[in-house]
Amino acid sequence: MLSIILTSLTFIFTTAILIPLFMVVINVSAKGVNQLKFPDTFTQLPPPPGLTEGGFGHAIIGTLITLAIASSIAVPFGILSAIYLAEFGRGSKIAYLVKFSANVLTGVPAILCGLFAYSVVVMPMGGFSAFSGGVALAVLMLPIIVRATEEALLLVPNEMRQAAIGVGSTRFQMVISIIIPAALPAIITGVVLALARAAGEAAPLLFTAFNNNFWATDPMQPIATLPVLIYFFSIIPYKASQDLAWAAAMVLVAIVLIFSIVARLAGKQKAFYS
Amino acid sequence: MTVNNELINQSQAFSDSTSVIDVEDWNVYYGDFHALKSIFLKVPKNKVTAFIGPSGCGKSTLLRCFNRLNDLIPSFRATGRMTYHGQDLYSSNVDAVQVRRRIGMVFQKPNPFPKSIYDNIAYGVRVNGIKGDMDEIVEQSLRRAALWDEVKDKLKQNGTAISGGQQQRLCIARAIAVQPDVVLMDEPCASLDPISTLKIEELIHQLKENYTIVIVTHNMQQASRVADLTAFFNVRVVDDKRQGYLAEVDRTEIIFQNPKEEATQQYVSGRFG
Repeated sequence: MLSIILTSLTFIFTTAILIPLFMVVINVSAKGVNQLKFPDTFTQLPPPPGLTEGGFGHAIIGTLITLAIASSIAVPFGILSAIYLAEFGRGSKIAYLVKFSANVLTGVPAILCGLFAYSVVVMPMGGFSAFSGGVALAVLMLPIIVRATEEALLLVPNEMRQAAIGVGSTRFQMVISIIIPAALPAIITGVVLALARAAGEAAPLLFTAFNNNFWATDPMQPIATLPVLIYFFSIIPYKASQDLAWAAAMVLVAIVLIFSIVARLAGKQKAFYS
Repeated sequence: MTVNNELINQSQAFSDSTSVIDVEDWNVYYGDFHALKSIFLKVPKNKVTAFIGPSGCGKSTLLRCFNRLNDLIPSFRATGRMTYHGQDLYSSNVDAVQVRRRIGMVFQKPNPFPKSIYDNIAYGVRVNGIKGDMDEIVEQSLRRAALWDEVKDKLKQNGTAISGGQQQRLCIARAIAVQPDVVLMDEPCASLDPISTLKIEELIHQLKENYTIVIVTHNMQQASRVADLTAFFNVRVVDDKRQGYLAEVDRTEIIFQNPKEEATQQYVSGRFG
């Protein structure tokens, strides 16, 4: 009897976890879908306040550009340091220090990443820019990539390392041509999850990438991004702007969802070794 | 030191054939832990030498000293002299990577790379910069490992997708593809079924024409079937820690039928270990 109660309790609490996710997806879709107008939503600029029509193509492009800048910083730093942690510096003091820092960085509030980028990039360069937004998101992504990559590398069985060393490869050759290919699906999963996390952040971008009401592709200029656009448009007291914010939320959820699905698919090929 | 002198004499059992690896007064430490005590041994050329003994006696440790695989363990330290064709294996001017090319290894658990069968063999050949027709080297190696007929139509298939016994033969093919001189085998049949085991044993018989083989095994019958020379390692407790030592080494038939040491007799007849 007790067992049945406990089983049902765990079941109820588990399904309760699903509710927020479904509520978000259903709510956003319900309010967002009607506002999506193909292709205007994806190709037009937002209208002046109070007017209808228009879209937010510039913010979609802006989000992608900012994410590209962020990953071009976070991916090489993250993956290379994870390789050091897992392969060359395993057990060393500096590895411990780096791992500890990465763990602390995971817990740093996103807005502080923005403040950091503001003080090291925006202030010296004298203005908001897509680049500074990329730096802020990179700081956010870095610990996620480091930890996911390190775990992926540690999952490669030691027999594989011994086999590579045993046929006369150097440790460098071993890492490049055996260990990384074996861990690649899991590494990609980690990178994509970090991207998905960064894609949805508005706080670090508020005083770095800021916003832009026009098309912008110059990394040294302020740029519009979906989360920031949602934030600004949702507090404008015109229904047309708020509708646009809902549509942007819908597109953002879709982008994050696509990233997550890509991550899952990449991770599925993991069964290379068992 | 009389014991050691005796051991040297015993390993003269193959004084007619030259030795490939000579071990003199070899001690292994992991940190403060003295894992292997004063080993004297000669590994004869083109013969199969088997290491037997209870768990923790250090037979795998010694095997991994031969190709300097223990270098990967930070706390590892060794004293004594270990030579390969007269050259000190642990001299500071010896490149461990070069050593591993000359002294190949097959591991306990089949560990093919998660690459195609072809690339499993080509990998070692490439990293060692060996020149030649790769297709031919791959075929040659697979033939020597008695695997060619079974995989010749699926060289592109993943090396991890074939059976355990085939994987282990692939690992042997991979080891001999880089043209080594010695092949070390660390319990190569421990995870295989009896039929695959038999195939590997037949293979060892063929391989010894071209290679010197050292095999660690827990299977007494296997040692008696494949080995020319058998070394029995034992373990004793010193200061509450287990320490391995080489108890006796001789021709396999002597070790199994008429060993000098009481402990060897007990071990090979299955009364302990």
